[in-house]
Amino acid sequence: MARVVVDVMLKPEILDPQGRAVQGALGRLGLSGVADVRQGKQFVITLDGAMDADRTAVLERLAAELLSNPVIEDFTLTVQEDS
Amino acid sequence: MRIGVVTFPGSLDDRDAARAVRLAGGEAVALWHGDADLTSVDAVILPGGFSYGDYLRCGAIARFAPVMTSIIARASDGMPVLGICNGFQILCESHLLPGALTRNDHLHFICRDQRLVIESTDSDWTRDFEQGQEIVIPLKNGEGGYVADEKTLDALEGDGLVIARYLDVNPNGSRRDIAGIRNARGNVVGLMPHPEHAVERLTGPTTDGLPFFTSVLTAAITSAVNA
Repeated sequence: MARVVVDVMLKPEILDPQGRAVQGALGRLGLSGVADVRQGKQFVITLDGAMDADRTAVLERLAAELLSNPVIEDFTLTVQEDS
Repeated sequence: MRIGVVTFPGSLDDRDAARAVRLAGGEAVALWHGDADLTSVDAVILPGGFSYGDYLRCGAIARFAPVMTSIIARASDGMPVLGICNGFQILCESHLLPGALTRNDHLHFICRDQRLVIESTDSDWTRDFEQGQEIVIPLKNGEGGYVADEKTLDALEGDGLVIARYLDVNPNGSRRDIAGIRNARGNVVGLMPHPEHAVERLTGPTTDGLPFFTSVLTAAITSAVNA
């Protein structure tokens, strides 16, 4: 089994109103000095079998085409090989 | 003229869009998201709603529906395509139009009669308007904030591709008050407010939405005369 984690975040220049709302809530609930909150998404994809270069290439493509929108988001892809 | 209206799982305004087509004098043809056959329609409307529950991102999954493969190919050949609200989001996700629609800056879902100014009549969907005409049509969205990088925004404005801008109030944080845009050829138009809800006095605040639907009929007649 292989596990692939794709993290998607809004680009820094894109306003994140949800993050801003969470930032306000954190302050109201007793956390002082919250300078910024950015909210993102995490996809945890479990695959049968091992990772190889072809699968990595397909995942890289789909992370850019489906899981994220390159106009407004950046992604990072991490492969975790399980035993 | 046969105008297809696509129904995705979660579309809401397909019936209203089809009714607007009929009131404008066109023939409305129901298209199904899972069917790649466009049944020889002359134009397509992607209606508002919440295709695939807005999961992942608005329009992100609808973009890969079989019907969209055909629509993207035909749009590249010049077929008129109008995306309203969720349809606009799908057009951006399909890269038929630049930019993206993001969550309203104030986080609230808004539903109001919105004043707009028509800024480009050089499209298949806006030619029956006057340049600078002010209209009022309903606006209802939670993710209607139009964003693009500064270079793209400058290019849109420089090339006259902004078809409508919000007046009085920017309801969702859209960059440069942009409510709708078109592609360079003028056959693909995306609009966040809902002209299909403003085609009859009985149910709409105005009938200001009707010219969007008559424009595409005028466009077809003009191209037939010139052919």
